[in-house]
Amino acid sequence: MNPGRCAACRYLRRKCPPDCIFSPYFPPNVPQRFVSVHRIYGASNVAKLLQQLPSHLRAEAAESLCMEVQYRIEDPVYGCVGLISSLQQQIHDAEKQLAKTQAEIAFLKSHAQHSQVALLDDAANLGFSNHQGSSGFM
Amino acid sequence: MASSGSYNSPCAACKLLRRKCMPGCIFAPYFPPEEPQKFVNVHKIFGASNVTKLLNELLPHQREDAMNSLAYEAEARIRDPVYGCVGAITFLQRQVQRLQKELDTANADLIRFACNDIPPALPQAPGTSSFQPLTPRNRLPEFNGRNIGNEGGEFYQVPGALPYSFPWNDASSGDINDGGGEGEVALGMGACGAALPFLSLSMLEE
Repeated sequence: MNPGRCAACRYLRRKCPPDCIFSPYFPPNVPQRFVSVHRIYGASNVAKLLQQLPSHLRAEAAESLCMEVQYRIEDPVYGCVGLISSLQQQIHDAEKQLAKTQAEIAFLKSHAQHSQVALLDDAANLGFSNHQGSSGFM
Repeated sequence: MASSGSYNSPCAACKLLRRKCMPGCIFAPYFPPEEPQKFVNVHKIFGASNVTKLLNELLPHQREDAMNSLAYEAEARIRDPVYGCVGAITFLQRQVQRLQKELDTANADLIRFACNDIPPALPQAPGTSSFQPLTPRNRLPEFNGRNIGNEGGEFYQVPGALPYSFPWNDASSGDINDGGGEGEVALGMGACGAALPFLSLSMLEE
């Protein structure tokens, strides 16, 4: 038994070649990772997916596959699509709330401007009547 | 749902697999012959036997949604072989964060304007404002989406019951369709029986 086999080759009970497509991404110390991916995608589909990619992108691809698999295991009906839908709904609600808040700000701004104009008018009228009044004392 | 049986046209799965589409074919209700690409994608990514296993693990009323979500994931993975649906999740989570910041700024502005709007003659307790701060419901819930490459991250726990029906079951879900961002609603290749109202997979093409 070769102790250096990756998790995939251990699970598949085969020799782990030096250029094994799985070994960089499915180390033997995390066996469940491959078990889950194999359960949803199948080893040959994962191998095909990884082989089609340039080597510098395979780690990210393996990671995203593992993430999708976890979502699918936790939610067998919707998988990660449930999260996508939920996020979209949140964005929709937040945009609505933002629009409402911005409308309230716009209202308060215009209210404040009207109040300022009214105050200035009042001050001007007061000054005018004082001027008239003062002339009466003269 | 497409009818199963060999008297009618075989389902898309049996056509692709070049086999007789028997009455009671497990794929036929979810992969009608009019949507061949849907099964092509699912078979390419997941494989027919894995799909069969997944279907057998589910209750009958869950299978349609499950197949539609698999078709969605498969199409996302074909369009983006590196990140698949996870790319969309990351994109949406960033949007959520951006909107959260905008909402926080807007709320702060609102408080500021509202406070300035109160006439100074009104008695106020020291350190308090007569303006009621916006309720926490305005804040978006925190998501602990796992970061790509973070082995020890937490997985997002989908809430128990989603507050809306999925579009695959209810094509006339007007509320969900309302205000769906850019307005692109279709998945284009008909990956789902009914179009997902929000996300267009073209968002993944960047």
